[in-house]
Amino acid sequence: MTCCAPMETYRIGSGAGYAGDRIDPAQALAEHGRLHALVFECLAERTIALAQLRRSCEPRHGYDPLLEERMRAVLPACVRQGTTVISNMGAANPQAAGAAVLTVARELGLPRLRVAVVTGDDVLAWVCNNNVPLMDSSERASDLGDRLVSANAYLGADALLPALANGADVVITGRVADPALFLAPLMFHFGWRADDWPQLGQGVLVGHLLECAAQVSGGYIADPGFLDVPGLADIGFPLAEVQADGTAVITKLEGTGGRVDRLTCTAQLLYEIEDPARYLQPDVVADFSRVQLQEVGPDRVQARGASGTQRPTHLKATLGYRDGFIGEGQISYAGPGAVARGQLALQLLEHRLQRLGRAGFEHRAELIGVNAMHGAHLGKERGSDREPYEVRVRLAARCSTRAQAERLGQEVEALYLNGPAAGGGVTQSVREVIAAASALVPREAARSAVQILDL
Amino acid sequence: MKLQNIAIARSGDKGNRATLSVIARDPAHYPLLERLLTVDAVQAHYRGIVQGSVHRFLLPHLGAVHFVMDDALGGGVTRSLALDAHGKTLSAAILDLAIDDPAAA
Repeated sequence: MTCCAPMETYRIGSGAGYAGDRIDPAQALAEHGRLHALVFECLAERTIALAQLRRSCEPRHGYDPLLEERMRAVLPACVRQGTTVISNMGAANPQAAGAAVLTVARELGLPRLRVAVVTGDDVLAWVCNNNVPLMDSSERASDLGDRLVSANAYLGADALLPALANGADVVITGRVADPALFLAPLMFHFGWRADDWPQLGQGVLVGHLLECAAQVSGGYIADPGFLDVPGLADIGFPLAEVQADGTAVITKLEGTGGRVDRLTCTAQLLYEIEDPARYLQPDVVADFSRVQLQEVGPDRVQARGASGTQRPTHLKATLGYRDGFIGEGQISYAGPGAVARGQLALQLLEHRLQRLGRAGFEHRAELIGVNAMHGAHLGKERGSDREPYEVRVRLAARCSTRAQAERLGQEVEALYLNGPAAGGGVTQSVREVIAAASALVPREAARSAVQILDL
Repeated sequence: MKLQNIAIARSGDKGNRATLSVIARDPAHYPLLERLLTVDAVQAHYRGIVQGSVHRFLLPHLGAVHFVMDDALGGGVTRSLALDAHGKTLSAAILDLAIDDPAAA
C-alpha cells in the first residue's frame, strides 16, 4: 500500500486458484506484474476439515502444505516492490502459517516483514453449543455427534481491513469468502464504504473473476478445433487493473500463454454462481445480472456494471464431518470383446456383493469408457456406434468401516484369478470421507481478530 | 451440426447442485441458445443424472444461458461415489445437442 497515491489504478493479481495450483505463474506475476496486491485462493470446501485432521495429529500443522514454497517464490519480489500478499493458506491453523511465513522470510534474508494473521472463522464451539440446523437437510449439528471435525464461517473483507490498516506485507487467513480476499485491498485502497453496496458488488465482481486464477485467462476452456488456446503449458495467471469506481480490466502478463477474451471472462463470471442477480457474499449480495464484458485490447477485457444490495444478516459456515469410507477398485479389459468382458466383470461383482451381504450398500458399478461419467442414458444414446477398444471396470461403495472398504478393492483384484479373461491393471483404494455440510451462523458467532507478527 | 460448433460450456458445483453455463461463441447466436436450451430440454438431456429441478437464467447481453440443477451430484461433491464427483464433465454433454446450421438459415 505504500507505493502508490490513493486513486491511481490498483493492480491486483491472482497467484493460485486452488491449493495445488502452479507456482511459476505466480512468481512471474510477482516479479513482472507491478502489482499492489497478489492473492492466493487455496481453500476448497472441505480443505479446512482435512487440515484440521492434520492439525489434530501435529499441532504445528494444519495450514497449506505449499505455503512455504509459494512464499519462497514470491516474497523477495513482493517485498522489494511493496506488493501486499494475501492468502487463505492459513486453513485450519492461520497462526502457525503466519509463523511459517516469518521463518521463510528469515531464511531468505529479507530485511523486514510484517505478517498479519486473521482469525475468527473457527465457529466449531459455537455450532456445537447452539446446535444449528444444517442447510438442505433436516438434520442439526448435534446429529453429526463426534463425527464433526470442523466448522468455519466465511468471513468477509471487513475481517481483513484492520490487517491492511496495520501495514501488513502478508495477510494470512483461514476461511474467508474467496472474492473477499480481493475485495478487502480494493476497499482499503479506494476507501470504499462498507455499506456502499453497489460499489462492493463491483469489487466482488473483480474478486470473482480472479479467484480461480487461470480459469479466466485461458485455462479449462480449450477444445481443439473448436476453441484453441495458445501456450497452455506457460499460461499466465490473471491480474486486474482496477479504477476507483471498481471498473476493471482483466488481463495477463505479455508473453505468457493462455487468452483473455469475452468467452473466458463470461465462463468465469458465471462459474459456480446460482442466481446471477443474487450472489450471496458476507460483505454484500452482489448483482452480476447486468455486468458488461468488453474486449478493449488483445487479452484485455473490461468488466463493469455489477451492483449489489445489503449484505446478508447471517454468515455461511461449512461443517466438515467424518462420513464413513469409500472403497474402490478398478480393472481394465482391452481388445475384441472388451465391453462384454467388462460387463461380465460388473455382473460378477454385483453377485459377490450380494454373497458378502452387502447388496444394500450404496455403490456404483460402471465401465470407464462407456458409462462412468454420464450414466447409461447419455453414455448409450450419445456414444459412438463403434465399441471402445478398451474399458475399465470401476466399483465404488460407501462403507461404514475401513475393513469393509478394503474388501471392495480386494473383490475387484480377485477378478484376476476368478473373473473374465485378460483383465489387467488393478488399482484399489480406500479413503475416509470427510463430507461438508452448510449452516447459517449469526455474525457475532464469528468475531474476527488480527494478530501482527513482525520479522 | 452440434451445439459444440457455436457455443462453449462450463459446469461447476455448489453442494449437491450443479451449475452449467452455455455461452455463444458469436453473440449473434444467443437467440438460438435461448430457443434450444429450455428448462425441459436441459432436464431431459441430463435425465438419470439430475434428480431435482432445473432453473434457468438468461443473460442476453453476455450471450449466455445459465442453469442451476438441483440434486445433480450424487449427494454432493464431498460424499459422491462418482469418479467425477464435481460434475465437471457435465458441461461437455450439453454440447452434443443437435442444432440447425445457423449459417444455412
